[in-house]
Amino acid sequence: MKMNAASKIYTALILAFLYLPIAVLIFFSFNEANSTSVFTGFSLQWYRELFADRETLKTLYNTLIIAVLSSAIATVIGTAAAVGIQSLGKWSKKLVMGVTNLPLMNPDIVTGVAMMLLFVFIMGLFGGTEILGFWTILIAHVTFNLPYVILSVNPKLRQLDPHLVEAAQDLGCPGRKAFFKVVLPNIMPGIVTGFIMAFTLSIDDFVISYFVSGPSFQTLPLRIYAMTKRRVEPSINALSTLIFVVVLVLLIIINVRQATDEKKLKKNIISAKNAGTK
Amino acid sequence: MSDNNIIDLKNITVEYDGEQVLKGLDLSIRDGEFVTLLGPSGCGKTTTLRIIGGFVEPDSGDVFFDGQRINGVQPYRRQVSTIFQRYALFPHLNVYENIAFGLRVKKVPEKELKVRVREAIELVGLRGFEKRHIDTLSGGQQQRVAIARSLVTRPKVLLLDEPLAALDLKLRKDMQVELKNIQKTLGITFIFVTHDQEEALSMSDTVIVMDKGVIQQIGTPQDIYNEPVNAFVADFIGESNIVDGVMLRDGLVRFAGQSIPCVDKGFEKNEPVDVVIRPEDIDVVEKGKSPLSGTVDSVTFKGVHYEAIVDVDGFKWMIQTTDLIREGEEIGILLNPDDIHVMKKSEYSGMFGDYSSFSDEMDTISQPDYDPEGESLPAEDEE
Ligand SMILES: Nc1ncnc2c1ncn2[C@@H]1O[C@H](COP(=O)(O)OP(=O)(O)OP(=O)(O)O)[C@@H](O)[C@H]1O
Ligand SMILES: [Mg+2]
Repeated sequence: MKMNAASKIYTALILAFLYLPIAVLIFFSFNEANSTSVFTGFSLQWYRELFADRETLKTLYNTLIIAVLSSAIATVIGTAAAVGIQSLGKWSKKLVMGVTNLPLMNPDIVTGVAMMLLFVFIMGLFGGTEILGFWTILIAHVTFNLPYVILSVNPKLRQLDPHLVEAAQDLGCPGRKAFFKVVLPNIMPGIVTGFIMAFTLSIDDFVISYFVSGPSFQTLPLRIYAMTKRRVEPSINALSTLIFVVVLVLLIIINVRQATDEKKLKKNIISAKNAGTK
Repeated sequence: MSDNNIIDLKNITVEYDGEQVLKGLDLSIRDGEFVTLLGPSGCGKTTTLRIIGGFVEPDSGDVFFDGQRINGVQPYRRQVSTIFQRYALFPHLNVYENIAFGLRVKKVPEKELKVRVREAIELVGLRGFEKRHIDTLSGGQQQRVAIARSLVTRPKVLLLDEPLAALDLKLRKDMQVELKNIQKTLGITFIFVTHDQEEALSMSDTVIVMDKGVIQQIGTPQDIYNEPVNAFVADFIGESNIVDGVMLRDGLVRFAGQSIPCVDKGFEKNEPVDVVIRPEDIDVVEKGKSPLSGTVDSVTFKGVHYEAIVDVDGFKWMIQTTDLIREGEEIGILLNPDDIHVMKKSEYSGMFGDYSSFSDEMDTISQPDYDPEGESLPAEDEE
């Protein structure tokens, strides 16, 4: 397709709007001076400062723990759910998938507030002990990660020949073992993609974490927000740059995986079509 | 083939959503036999196989394997193996590992496993393909992998659910011969499902014709072709003219306004019957040289013979003859007593065997359970 000048400019503008702020942020994270307007020279001092800051490092550690745990738990539960959904009848399947997709459309702020209310309500039941912290964040992250895992495992299950498990049983495999021997390996790509996606979203999340966190437990995005409230220090730029790069890398991995998957699928369909005539 | 039964089904009933799919099926299969289940789409062939394989539990009735009742025995404990309709190969394993699967599951020692997998690979002619990924294989090759994967576990009975349906005509013919050879070499029982009657006739020791969840006839291919029990079987296997008749007495049947000698007996006096005359058994003679005669409606050249639709006493017959006949011509129709096959009336009487609206295409589509998927394999004309 050839682009004319107008559409070229238009595209450039859109990209500029999207990426200029981030570009500026990255640019100034390497600034020597303590300024967000004048670039005086290249330096890594804000990164150094960042890694010297114990409080920041602790929240980084928290974020990673939450991301690993919540995505792992969501992956296990989500995969089991997807397998269960697949075995439902046509209409119940549609219904459950609809219910699963709903939270994806729901604004984060609504989810966040709702979860906070739930936790506070439970807190009330248990006599007012402070429960907002590690566990509530973990539960919240598992919850919002679940649909993404289900959505990435589900298509893999649908592509599977429904007789695979029976074929395995037929060859001497008891039922449950057959699942681990032939279903799991075949849906693994979807499970891994789901895991990475959940991990990314967990690192990324601010809004929901904001509502369900307590003073005892902070994540990195919450830390950044807290820092901006005081004095905007260039080390925030450094931190944001790092988060941006990590998330970007993860997103690229997810997209590449999905693209190669689709290619494979297309190839399979073509070869299956030819198979009969060869 | 031995005399003891390897599989017995006794009064098997299966229901789906209140609909009876198998209605009191009784069936015995001898050890080492090549048996074919033949019938139109939806008649319950796959369901019957799945009962033997253990994937469907009958709502009532008993399944016996080698004399032992095996209702409720899990599929993985049964000494039968299935070739699924779409092969169901494991996409995450290569050819070798697909074939080795059953042995690995049973923890067969590596040394023995290697020998047995090699044997199976040789048997189906897949040497050199061991490392290939299964989605790089053609349909015929995938089929071979499926066969090897089942045979390597040394089942006593192999269940094959329309294994050749996805292959083109040429490959299908080759595989028919090959499957038959494998079965003879190994001497194990094959239960083969198809809705292609030619395939059934050419491969089997025994053919079981089913319709609507009921076995219509069990017999050798010759029996089924020459002595169909009712209009359904006569029509499903090959081409047939099926006309209304009355059995006057043993050896004499009246139809098309004439009394004709036949070889059938054992009917009541004046019992209404269906009379089957195969198109290729009919001799065309000069008008007047036979009590039966008709007017030629149309003639189609078929290579080996002509195929004519002839109006006999208001009923359209199909006649296959090598004699040249012309449209509009009046011909005599000569039938030897053993060209005539007399059947008892059945629920199928009057539904089949009239060629008044005949065209090749029409014939296929007007089959009661016409399966659009089976398009590639329409019932072939008899040579
Ligand atoms: N799991 C199921 N649930 C509901 N109905 C079923 C199920 N399996 C089969 N049936 C019905 O049972 C009948 C017989 O099916 P079956 O698969 O045995 O037919 P078939 O003879 O193998 O046909 P085909 O030649 O099309 O494979 C069909 O009417 C089918 O719709
Ligand atoms: Mg079937």
